[in-house]
Amino acid sequence: MTEIRTLIVDDSSVMRKIVERSLRQAGLDPLVVYEAGSGTEGLEVLKSKHVDLILSDINMPSMDGLEFLRQIRAQNLAPGVPVVMITTESSEEHVKQAIQAGAQGYIRKPFTAEQVKERVLSLLHAA
Amino acid sequence: MLLNGVRKAAIATAGGSGAEEMERTMAVSLRESVQLVSDPRNLDASVEEVFQLMLGIACRRDPGPAVIEPESVTAVVGFGGLLSGACLFKSSSSAAIKIAAHMTGMEFDEVDDTVKDGIGEICNMLAGAWKGKVPDLAANCGLSIPAVITGRDYNLHVQAPEFKLNHCYRFEDAAFEVTIICDGLQ
Repeated sequence: MTEIRTLIVDDSSVMRKIVERSLRQAGLDPLVVYEAGSGTEGLEVLKSKHVDLILSDINMPSMDGLEFLRQIRAQNLAPGVPVVMITTESSEEHVKQAIQAGAQGYIRKPFTAEQVKERVLSLLHAA
Repeated sequence: MLLNGVRKAAIATAGGSGAEEMERTMAVSLRESVQLVSDPRNLDASVEEVFQLMLGIACRRDPGPAVIEPESVTAVVGFGGLLSGACLFKSSSSAAIKIAAHMTGMEFDEVDDTVKDGIGEICNMLAGAWKGKVPDLAANCGLSIPAVITGRDYNLHVQAPEFKLNHCYRFEDAAFEVTIICDGLQ
């Protein structure tokens, strides 16, 4: 079976682990996870690794998730790879900003593994 | 001083730019919906949601003040925008370790960086869930990056807040406090 290479960007290492666990619970297997603690680190990963899926927090120091998304598009990194934002911010305005920046999905924290499965699997099937 | 720092960060996060953003922000006021914003049930619902979904544990509201050991952990997330203030999560070190263990599936002997990180995230999700209960607040109030304080016998003081909610909760044999402090409402 083909590996699903996933980049998880979050300044919280605990949250990165929770997201990874949710992906495994969602049945994404075999799963290869690359982790980044900021948007800047995430861009570095994308310059050297090919990924199938990107999950990113929004509210991060140094480079936030929206700027990370804009930079991915501006630098033409990971073309066609679905990006899902995972964040505590849940207003329509925040969702609109994320979609405008290039996100295909949005998951609000706190979340269940089932919600992650629903969003991620539909995007991977579409991609 | 710490609260000022997190508040500035939250204001920076909330701050859209340009005339359109300013006009939109000025058109919305939370002052008239202070009853809704300060509804204590929103805090209880937020705590229940975060603990049930992220830790798989049910919390119950404890009517009395939480008895927290002198050695404690406090996470602070600042609010900025139409509401300024902070969300504080405080627990004993042993409760913080239990919470981090539930979050990660790992075992901890002490409050290390992973435990602090986990408690900061809990506070971040509580702050986000709480402000998400009021649509105008969700759209016009930003959150700072969490700050975590550890130590013994310390107090956090805010002068004359607009309103303050301070609730105690229990899960298993552990207790914690969640406080919402609003010191400015537009």
